[in-house]
Parts: sequence; C-alpha cells; structure tokens
Amino acid sequence: MAHTTFDLQLLNACAALLLLLSFAMLSQRRVVTLVNLLAVQGGLLAVATLLLAWRTGQHHLYFSAALTVALKAAFLPWLLHRLIRRLEVYWDTEPLLNISGTMLMGLLIVVFAFGLAQPITQLASTTTRSAIGIAVSVILLAFLMMITRRKAMSQVVGFLSMENGLFFGAMSATYGMPMVVELGVALDVLVAMLVLGVFFFQIREQFDSLDLHHLESLKEHD
Amino acid sequence: MELLLLLGMPAAGAVTLGFLGARRYAPELNAVFGSGTFLAACALTARVIRHGNLLLGREQFFIDPFNVFLVTLTAFVGFTTSLFARPYMRVEMEHGRITAGRLRLYHSMYQLFTLTMLVALTTNNMGLLWVAMEAATLSTVLLVTLYRTAASLEAGWKYFILCGVGIAQALFGTILLYFAAEKVLGAEGVTALLWTHLDAVKTQLEPAVLALAFVFLLVGYGTKVGLAPLHNWLPDAHAEGPTPISAVLSGLLLNVALFAVLRFKSIMSANPAALAPGPLMVSLGLLSVVFASFMLYRRQDIKRLFAYSSIEHMGIIAFAFGMGGPVANFAALLHMTVHSLTKSAIFFTVGHAAQKAGSQLMDDIRGLITLSPTIGWGLMVGSLAILGMPPFGVFASEFLILTTAMKQQPWATPILVVALGVAFAAIFGRVQPMVFGETSARRLPHAPALLPVFTHLAIVLVLGLYVPPYLAQWYRAAAHLIGGR
Repeated sequence: MAHTTFDLQLLNACAALLLLLSFAMLSQRRVVTLVNLLAVQGGLLAVATLLLAWRTGQHHLYFSAALTVALKAAFLPWLLHRLIRRLEVYWDTEPLLNISGTMLMGLLIVVFAFGLAQPITQLASTTTRSAIGIAVSVILLAFLMMITRRKAMSQVVGFLSMENGLFFGAMSATYGMPMVVELGVALDVLVAMLVLGVFFFQIREQFDSLDLHHLESLKEHD
Repeated sequence: MELLLLLGMPAAGAVTLGFLGARRYAPELNAVFGSGTFLAACALTARVIRHGNLLLGREQFFIDPFNVFLVTLTAFVGFTTSLFARPYMRVEMEHGRITAGRLRLYHSMYQLFTLTMLVALTTNNMGLLWVAMEAATLSTVLLVTLYRTAASLEAGWKYFILCGVGIAQALFGTILLYFAAEKVLGAEGVTALLWTHLDAVKTQLEPAVLALAFVFLLVGYGTKVGLAPLHNWLPDAHAEGPTPISAVLSGLLLNVALFAVLRFKSIMSANPAALAPGPLMVSLGLLSVVFASFMLYRRQDIKRLFAYSSIEHMGIIAFAFGMGGPVANFAALLHMTVHSLTKSAIFFTVGHAAQKAGSQLMDDIRGLITLSPTIGWGLMVGSLAILGMPPFGVFASEFLILTTAMKQQPWATPILVVALGVAFAAIFGRVQPMVFGETSARRLPHAPALLPVFTHLAIVLVLGLYVPPYLAQWYRAAAHLIGGR
C-alpha cells in the first residue's frame, strides 16, 4: 500500500468508533440517548463514506454520503425523537439479559464476527477491507440488541443500527452498492419508519403502552 | 410495452384507489385494475411464447419461462382475490369491523402489494429484487393490522420485525453476492447485480463467498417463505389479517420469496466448487413439513390451521427443489402452481364461512352445507385437493415428488409419507364437522363470490388430469434453469 496515509487512519478510526458505539447502545437503557447514539452512528457513517469518496474518487459515494446525513443522521433520529415525545417512552425496562451479561455476549460476538468475515477480508481488494469484520460485528451486535430488549422503540433502534452495519459492510467490501439499489434501500428504510410510526400509535391506542410483553398473547394458543 | 402495462396497472390502481378507495364502487374499481393487470400478464406471456426471453428497460427487467408463469399466476390470483374481496369487504364493513377509511387503505395497499410482487418477479437486478421484497412486507403490515384488534397488532408487529430482520440477512447476502460478482464483472458495479450477467459468469464466482452469500440469502428469504424454524410470523399474519390478504400472502407472497431463493440457487448449483445448496434446502424443507403437520393438531382457528398447511406445502416445495434435477423441479413448479390456486380458494371459502359463523374458531363453524351448499362443498373439495387426493393437481405433484424422493433421498420418503398422513388426519378431521352437522350460521348481507373458488379448483383438477403441452414446456424450461444439486 503506497499511501497508507492519514485519511485511511481516519477511516479506521471511524470504524473503531462505530464498534464502540454499538457497545454503547447495548449498554444504554435510556431511549432518548439510544436515539442520539444512533444519530451519531449515522453521522460517523456519513463521514466514513465521504472519506472513502475522496480517497477513491467515486462520485456516487458523495451522493450516498449526502443521503446518509439527511436520512440516518438527521431525519430518522428526528422522527424517533418526535415519537418518543408523543408517546412518552423514555426508558427501557431491564433487558432480558442484564447489561454486563449482554456486554460479555457482545465480546464473544465480535470474535465470531471477525471469524465470519475472514474469507471476505482475504478476498477483498479494497483498502478498507480491515473494516469488514467491524461491519459484521455491528450487524450482529444490533441483532443481539433486538433480541434482548423489550421495548418496541429499542428494537427499532437495533433494526436501524443493523441497517447501518449493512451499509458500512457494503461500503468497506465493495465501495458501496450500485446507486439504484442504494436509493431503493434508503426508500424502504424511510417507508418502514413511517409505517412504524403509524403502527406505534395503533399499539399505543390499543394497549396504552409500548412494552412488547403485551404482544405475547398469541403465543399461548400457538 | 406489455411490461409497462403490467407494472403500470397496479401502480395506477394504488394511486387511484388511494383517492377513491372508500367510494361505493371502489371494490369494483379494484377488480377492474386486477383484471387489467391480468390481461397485461397474459399479453406478456403471449409475447414470451412467441419471441422467447426478453431483456427490457436497460437490462433492468428480465422475463424468462420461469418468472413469466409466476407473473401470470400472481396476476391471476390477484384478480380473483379482488373478485372475492368485493362482497367480503362489504360484509366486513356492515359487520362494523372496518371503516371506510380503512377500506381505502386496504384497496390502495392491495394494489401496491401486487405491484411489489410483480417487480420482484420481473426484475433482473438482484438489488431491486430485495427492495421489492421489503416493499411487499411494508405494504402488507398495515393490512395485517387492519382490524386494529390486540391480536392483529401483535401479528403485525411480529410480521414487521421478523421479516425485517430476515430481509436484512438477505441484504447482507446480496452484498456478498455483489462482492463476489464485482471481482469477475468489473468494478463498474453497473452489471454486477444483474442476474443475466451473474448467470453468464456463475462458474467463475468465488465459491467461499458464494456459499456464505447463499446461506444468508436462504435464511433471509426463507423467513419470508415461512420455512421452519423461521416461520413464526406466518400463522399470526395469516390468521389476524383480513381473509383476502391471507389468500394472497399464502398463495402468492410465499411463492415470490421462494422464487428469490431459487434465482440464487441456480447460480450456486452451477458452481461445482461451491457448497451444494440442495442439502440445505432439503433439510429446511423436511423440517418444515414435519413440524407443520404436527402443529396442525390442536389448532382452534381455521385460518391458523390452513396457515400451518401453507408452511407444510412450502416445505414440500423447498424439499423438491433441494433434490433438484428435471423431474423434482418440474414437480415442485407444478406444486407451486396448484398450491397457490388451491390455498387461495380455500381461504376464500374460509373467509365466508367465518363471516357466516361470526367466528374464526373451528368449534363455532358447523354445518356449512345446510345453509349454503356451495361454501360447504367449496371447503370440502378444496381441503381434499390440498390434502393430495386424486384426481387433483396436488396429488400429481406430490406423487412425482415422493417417487423422486424414493430414488434420490430414500431415507426421507417415510418421513414425508408419515407427515402427509398426519396432515391428512388433522385437516380432514377438522373440516368434516364444519361442513356437515347442525348449523348455526347466519345469512350474509351480500352474496358471497364463489366463482373464484370453483375456477381455481377447476384449474387444479384439470392440472391433475392433464398438464397442457405449452405449460409442460414452460415447466421443463424453468426446471432446466433451476438446475440440480
């Protein structure tokens, strides 16, 4: 690598911060902070995309960086904050597994993720290939968060964090997907969140709470 | 042109019904758009028969024998379901279960759902396929919760989250596939997700990455197919949503999701160095069949019963595709067709039966045959057809699958036979008292639409006795395309 220079180090720093953020999310029970962390994650993702665009000179990456800022760092967190205020859900209850247990699980998952990413990392020719393991870790940690949380809102943050991980993975392995696909995915995420907003109000109307344990009655006669 | 019409029809329908969906004539309008889509699908089919494979819209759309028959099937069942929904939704309104506003949502989303499925089937871009599959989930989430009952909200949430997570796995698989393809097809990235290009270079793709990609894609899209153990959302979404939605979810969406898996399988199986996808599908399929047939016992809810039966049949189909080879693939394609037609017909009769009884609980539905012989017979004949009684089409396809299994996977044959027997006993035992016996059913304010039911069952009957040569030709071409292993 001729110029393993400052910008690559910055990129790697972004990747490391993304992983840290995932752990921060895992340990955070305050929903408002969780959404803020998600916004920071979106922002970091945009910075990483921008750096990569500058480094590789691929113009469509500038565009997806702009899209990331608009959607993941600004609009979706704003929407979630609004929902939180309107629905008054500020705290998640104790997760199914306590925080320290979850963190330990998270560590194991990171080891597993790097193992999983090994064959891809070896084959990748991108300069950012070392970040692929981190992307897989972010995806799996978000998955863990979705499994262990009870409140609908935390699960949604987990879902979006997983999407961020996927985006980061696509970027570090292949410098992003084709534009039409990226646009389509962004559109789907946007629509998903809008549907979710409607949906939350329906749940709220019915149960007067967003705790998912209300949503377990179907298990009994299943 | 035909393609434009095919996709434009439901798109126009979604917009128009978004405005007019609450009007008195909206159900008819819905059916008109449905019939337009079906006619466009027929025209497209005619063109494919005349000219062979089509590559349209700057290579973004690709029509071949495999997807054109699914397009026609989807448009057809979409159309007949809109015919069934005409009286059904009116009755629901008079029973006070939905309001005019929700009827508008229903009509608009129904057309949107048709559109997403047709895009998923016709697109050549594997990324767009993903986008369309996710959009199909999103357009139906609010339909599953249409009644706003506690149970339907729970079902909707499960559907949203489980399919969302599943489809995120599929996105990862798509990214990995892109990663593998980019190595061969160049970093331009424009062609690396186009299926026709992938198909051309399928033997050169990196086997290790391909294997990883396929596992993620199978788990991701497999969630939407409803394969055990990823099926959790399926019975709830089928049982709690309005019946027309149960019919299209079961009859169409599951097929489309399976179609997505098969597109990737055909790329995998041509690569001798890669992991063979067959055994994975065989085991998932077999697990679904066994699990679902035992879950059929102790069901209380009639729609839940037939939802589990859908899991069972998707399992059979996945099993057959997993075995691969011309005969098994042929049988699986036939089974996809007849299952789709039969299951939607059953849901049509079940919907009206539940309305008559005022309950979806099987214990409350009694003696359908005394008050309305057509619904009773429809349910009885439909159930016999889905259980694989000769001379219906399901018998023909299951027979083919079982005989192939005896040759290729002899150990699995007894398991399959036992599971099918268990399913037979479970479903027949429940359906029989619902059709015969004393009745407590009431008269409906709108005459139920039973033409779709008997049309579907008639087609299934014909397919059981005789597969028309051009259809057989299609199946063979598609079976060849899907390949073995």
